Amino acid sequence: MSVEEVAPGRAAHGPAALTCREFVELLYDYLLGGLGAERTAAMNAHLAACPSCVAYLRSYEASIRMGRMALTPSDDPVPAEVPEALVRAVLAARREP
Amino acid sequence: MLEVSPRPVGDDPFVQRLRAGDGEAFEALVRRETPRLLAVARRLLRNDEDARDAVQDGFVSAFRSLDDFGGRCQVATWLHRITVNAALMKLRTRRRKPEDSIEDLLPSFLEDGHHARHPHQWRDTGEALLSSREDREFVRAAIDRLPDSYRTVLLLRDIEELDTAEVAQALGVSDNVVKVRLHRARQALRTLLAPRFEKGNA
Repeated sequence: MSVEEVAPGRAAHGPAALTCREFVELLYDYLLGGLGAERTAAMNAHLAACPSCVAYLRSYEASIRMGRMALTPSDDPVPAEVPEALVRAVLAARREP
Repeated sequence: MLEVSPRPVGDDPFVQRLRAGDGEAFEALVRRETPRLLAVARRLLRNDEDARDAVQDGFVSAFRSLDDFGGRCQVATWLHRITVNAALMKLRTRRRKPEDSIEDLLPSFLEDGHHARHPHQWRDTGEALLSSREDREFVRAAIDRLPDSYRTVLLLRDIEELDTAEVAQALGVSDNVVKVRLHRARQALRTLLAPRFEKGNA
């Protein structure tokens, strides 16, 4: 079902229904499980009806994962060159009282 | 060159040598760890001089607290944490510069609340996604484009995995500010990554 087939601004009907904007605003707490039962249900209902927000949610989560993968120390290329001046400064600092 | 043992135990002979003040062991450790620690500090501070200071401050503080090193983690992990803390001290004391707004990188919505531009599915978002060096570079460059106050929170929360209260305390802001900035930083990062990873785009 495309978003356009849904009532304007709402992906589901009823007073608790959320717009895409509201869905995105609440996404952080939703992923933490920090929304109450009613709002969580409204988020789930929105997801069930809105492929755009499903895509948004998945790409939001993917961005977090990819940031982690691109920057975790094990994946980070360690500069081969040892900065000699800094090493000497650190060793000198250690000798200071 | 000396072997720096990765064994995570406090009675590790290498750690014992450090505690005993063995200069050769210190030099081996400093030589091995400095490039990686400098990369971590540069990422957080984006200023070479500050990053070097943070690495040096970190080592000095590590040398002083060697007796407190309980050996519950590897020496490298311990030094990493100390360096992040030293970088945080720098961030707190640094004069704030005006920074670019993040608004342009946040999703926009129509008046009725729908996405102004419908998000598309991304190509494979599994582990294979970042198999190429170019992709990893692209992601790093995207993180680097985030305005300072957002990039810092994203790095500390999502990469260094500090908790909200730790980040709030380190940056001198409220927990809620950290949450709002993290959510915005993730949204902005998503916007920057989308052109490369959306299906149908190369």
